[in-house]
Amino acid sequence: MFSDQIFNYTTLAYFIAMVLFISFIATKSKNVGLGGNIAAWIGFGLNTLAIGWRWYESKSLGYGHAPLSNLYESVVFFAWSILLIYLLMDIKYKQRALGAFVMPFAVLGMAWAQMMPDHSKSIQPLVPALQSNWLTYHVITCFIGYAGFAIACGASIMYLIKVGKEEKSGGANTPAGGIMSMFPSTRILDDINYKAIMIGWPMLTLGIVTGAAWANYAWGTYWSWDPKETWSLIVWFIYAAFLHARFTRGWVGRKAAWLSIIGFGATLFCYLGVNLVLSGLHSYGGG
Amino acid sequence: MTTNKRSFLDALWDFCCSLKLTLFTLIMLAATSVIGTVIQQGRSPEEYLRVYGENTYRIFEKLGFFDMYHSWWFLGLLALFAVNLIACSIKRLPRVWKTVRNPVLAPDDGLYRTLSNMEEMVSKQSPESLRGKIAEYLKTNFAPARVTEADGKVHFYAEKMAWARFGVYVTHASILIVFIGAIIGNVFGYKAYVNIVEGTETSRVWKRGGSQPTPIDLGFTVRCDKFSVTYYEGTMRPKLYKSLITVIDNGVEVKKDREVIVNDPLKYKGIVFYQSSYGPAGDPSFVLSVTERATGQNQTYNLRQGQPGRLANGLPFRVANFAENFQNFGPAVRIEVMPPGEPVRAFTVLKNFPQFDAQRGDDFIFSLDDFQQLQYTGLQVAKDPGVWVVWIGCILMMVGSIIAFFMSHRRVWITLVPLDGGKTGIKLGAAAHRNQAAFEMYFDDFKKNLKQELNS
Repeated sequence: MFSDQIFNYTTLAYFIAMVLFISFIATKSKNVGLGGNIAAWIGFGLNTLAIGWRWYESKSLGYGHAPLSNLYESVVFFAWSILLIYLLMDIKYKQRALGAFVMPFAVLGMAWAQMMPDHSKSIQPLVPALQSNWLTYHVITCFIGYAGFAIACGASIMYLIKVGKEEKSGGANTPAGGIMSMFPSTRILDDINYKAIMIGWPMLTLGIVTGAAWANYAWGTYWSWDPKETWSLIVWFIYAAFLHARFTRGWVGRKAAWLSIIGFGATLFCYLGVNLVLSGLHSYGGG
Repeated sequence: MTTNKRSFLDALWDFCCSLKLTLFTLIMLAATSVIGTVIQQGRSPEEYLRVYGENTYRIFEKLGFFDMYHSWWFLGLLALFAVNLIACSIKRLPRVWKTVRNPVLAPDDGLYRTLSNMEEMVSKQSPESLRGKIAEYLKTNFAPARVTEADGKVHFYAEKMAWARFGVYVTHASILIVFIGAIIGNVFGYKAYVNIVEGTETSRVWKRGGSQPTPIDLGFTVRCDKFSVTYYEGTMRPKLYKSLITVIDNGVEVKKDREVIVNDPLKYKGIVFYQSSYGPAGDPSFVLSVTERATGQNQTYNLRQGQPGRLANGLPFRVANFAENFQNFGPAVRIEVMPPGEPVRAFTVLKNFPQFDAQRGDDFIFSLDDFQQLQYTGLQVAKDPGVWVVWIGCILMMVGSIIAFFMSHRRVWITLVPLDGGKTGIKLGAAAHRNQAAFEMYFDDFKKNLKQELNS
């Protein structure tokens, strides 16, 4: 399919962006950073086009559902969401070094999707349970939420590296030199972490609510403690704790960064682990 | 004694209000919830015994791990969560209410010192001439100001989005509303199921939960006229599960032949029916035709599964098995011919390929002309009068968190102090309760423009 090819180019663009962002930290060259940014934008454009094209292909096959119905489609949409939030953060903060810690998530996702066998990539018509408009709303909100957490996790990792280095070199007053000089300040990293979760958490809330509404419409229960539901709630609790931790002395900084990283670990488990390890209602179609 | 008691109550109250308790409950809820995703919930004791063994089973049973989301300790954690939410709101809401309802209109130097956005300047103009200009400036650039005069000073106070301070409390209240909705649903509603065979009706459904399903009288009758499964062409991928349902209330068919499909339930008198499962009801029956190869004579049989028939040569046979879709070849039967004293001869006959059996080379050629398999439709039945409360809670949660995260209560104070020689000292202060960084930039522009305005 033509959309598969565009997804291949998307992967390539994301990979180039990642390499350039990492080189930017090493070379400190603004142009390299700009190059990374351009590659990220091109990749995002291609990703959007590919998703749109796949939708069109689904229409041509006579199905017409949004390409959000199986594992393959969800992974490429996850990559798209990560780029969406990352580029928003870039417009606001213009911290190119962040790209080196965020792009790997998108690259890994896309590469994994490309390696999936053909039958997982093929467009399948929807089974009765998925034939609902709620599917689109539910998936979009959940994945934008997940993407917010991915960016927060990247910023938190940078934060911990930077704080660790600064403490080693003695006192926060002497800014760490070398490679670390391209990192945003800890204050900005902390802010990015918070802002990304501020986007992610309400989106996850909306994702859980739309999921509950759909479950109620399809099965007659808005909550059944199915493992996927429960894990989404676990993620919700962790980030709710993060948001409240910021108001508590002794929880800002390091602990908040760790909470953010643990939160993203739980998010990934909620997204993939539950389906691979546990059993429940969310099977990814022909995945 | 009384002071002791008093201080204990105070300590308890402070504990209930504390943010530390919030963090503790949230993290404990997250951590313990994992248990129920690893240990399958609501299975039979035999199954648990097989998986975990006697000793572990007993411990898990005591801890309520097999229905952990309804165990006393998990509900206790949720209750603690609710108490914490309520206590925090009781403690903080009155202060916020006061800030919003009775803002400081005439600030003193002490208040100005606490503001991170502060500016002082001196104007050559008199307070009287500045007064109108400032009021106008605030009105066009920020918000209409409330003006207070005290001790010869003139104070302006203007604010925007004071209600944004309530976003947090709306979010917190919404969680409690969801809890209330869930409790209403649990107390006054039920989850049940019913299997109805095509062409039959029922007025009783079976309640889930508890050790045995208990019957519930609907007060009306539900009939399943037909159930069908449709597949996507050329595949075994289901496209549609459809029940045709008729609701009969007091002998009147109030809903006739209503299609109930997945994602489109049927609702009547607050009770909702969801398409959930299906299956065969009773033995299928078949129309078989058997042709004798030598004579070309044909005979038709109407047989139920297992019911013996007799071939023209006297040998008994029967339909031993049936599959609605045999290895993607469509409907198929397994025929057994049973010659006395000889081993049984078994073979498969496909409905979609009537010529296929001729290749077997037997004296008799079988084909499956038709079959009839009654189905039952499995419906989930739910009554949940609390569900609307839950949705209201969810909507409030979204609205509340958007307000809490993205809206900011912004306040500006300006005080004019008359100085010697007709000059005026101007004090300017501002605060935002969210997103201070952005507000700082806004304030920089605000005061720059104000200066220009006043000097013009």
